[in-house]
Amino acid sequence: MIGEPFSDKKSSAGTSLLHRTDPRIKIIFLTLYSFAVAMLSRFPSLIAALFVSLALIFLARTNLRDLAARLFVVNVPVFFFWLLLPLTFEAEPLFCAGPFTVSGPGIVYAARITLKSNAILLAFIALAATSSVVTLGHAMNRLHVPEKIIHLLLLTYRYVFVIEQEYRKLRIAAKVRCFRPKTDMHTYRTYSYLLGMLFVRAAARAERVHHAMLCRGFKGKFYCLSEFSLTRADITGALLMTGAMIVLEILEWTEIILFWK
Amino acid sequence: MDGNNIILEMKDVCFSYTDRQRKVLDHVSFKLKKGEKTGLIGTNGSGKTTLLHIIMGLVPISSGNMRIFGKPVKSGKDFDAVRQKIGLLFQNADDQLFSPTVLEDVAFGPLNLGKTPRQAREMAEKTLAELNLKGFENRVTHKLSGGEKKLVSLATVLVMSPEVLLLDEPTTGLDESARERIIAVLNKLDISCVIVSHEYDFLARTTRFIYSMKDGRTEYNGDSAALHTHYHSHTAGKLPHVHEMGRLG
Repeated sequence: MIGEPFSDKKSSAGTSLLHRTDPRIKIIFLTLYSFAVAMLSRFPSLIAALFVSLALIFLARTNLRDLAARLFVVNVPVFFFWLLLPLTFEAEPLFCAGPFTVSGPGIVYAARITLKSNAILLAFIALAATSSVVTLGHAMNRLHVPEKIIHLLLLTYRYVFVIEQEYRKLRIAAKVRCFRPKTDMHTYRTYSYLLGMLFVRAAARAERVHHAMLCRGFKGKFYCLSEFSLTRADITGALLMTGAMIVLEILEWTEIILFWK
Repeated sequence: MDGNNIILEMKDVCFSYTDRQRKVLDHVSFKLKKGEKTGLIGTNGSGKTTLLHIIMGLVPISSGNMRIFGKPVKSGKDFDAVRQKIGLLFQNADDQLFSPTVLEDVAFGPLNLGKTPRQAREMAEKTLAELNLKGFENRVTHKLSGGEKKLVSLATVLVMSPEVLLLDEPTTGLDESARERIIAVLNKLDISCVIVSHEYDFLARTTRFIYSMKDGRTEYNGDSAALHTHYHSHTAGKLPHVHEMGRLG
């Protein structure tokens, strides 16, 4: 079943400082912070970014078990980078292990990717997943993000569960007729039928939903009900995040910590 | 009732899908008067849903004439006005509820009618309260039960204060208690209704006149009270109980 553990009652309805922060502030800083971290390349700044993200996680009081599950998913491809990059990076070898040659720059690259991806993911969980998808959509609306993008997000969020249910029904329909997936043409054909039927049903549903919208006076414009207001805590949070990003940039562009030069 | 009370009039309306030869509606003539509650019964594929969609202008008719609120309706613009006064409850609540939360879904119609967000919110909250759905405002629509979804769908239509309500199989897939809630709500409404259903029992309790649809045509069956003398299904199960129109032996 598709779940939303970070934004159901366990998380998005929490009471931490970040849960109470204006979602517009969180979206702005998450975007700026993600780009800033993605462009960092020196280890002092990358490690500092990881600490900033961990501090955000601490402020969000996130469920650590859910957090570990999310980090695991992201770190699976990162693990493959660790396997491949040191072996395939063309540079002077650091050491040889049998037929394999391990390069130093390859290890550095893999470490950078690990730090960046984890710092960004942790910040995302702390800043974005402490609001519900609906609240984020409305905040994006207030930030003048194109309406079509927002409603695509909200309608996707609404119907991804319905489509998943339909997929499960189709799978059960196949299962009750003794379908057992194997590595053969029959399995591939069956899955392609299931997928095709899912698209057909999704298209038919899209038409029915559009009809339902027309019946309620829809003329192509979406309206937003939510209103947000900035508090002193929001402004303080914004200043702290700005300060954290300035520190990261200072670490990136100056040679304060000579050891990492 | 005189002719001025006619809200909806269909004359010789035909409809067929372009890829099929068979006519879904074949010279259908149908009238709905102010305050009238009409039931429409028929087999699957007999054109009941299509008839409702034609009234709302969701599918264009092949031939025939339609007058709604005394005015002929043909183009998309004519139907814009119709949709402000006629509400359609879809068969599948998941088609009707597309917003992430209940409040937003119920407020969607009033916002489209030009109400301010505050007015739309107040109207939505009031309608939800009237349907005993207070506290549902921030519930996520896809996590509602079947009966709750149906009631919220009804709220999304009623919030627009329609003069006519079209309901497409409103009790499909609902349990007895949800069905009873729908019946209670419908019987409280003082507006014209066209209710499509497979269940005579349900129509007998919610409508006055019953039409049947067969081979793309409507046929007047008569007064629902005369057609049906007792209910078949009830909450009492096999226990001895009293019927509304007679005692069980």
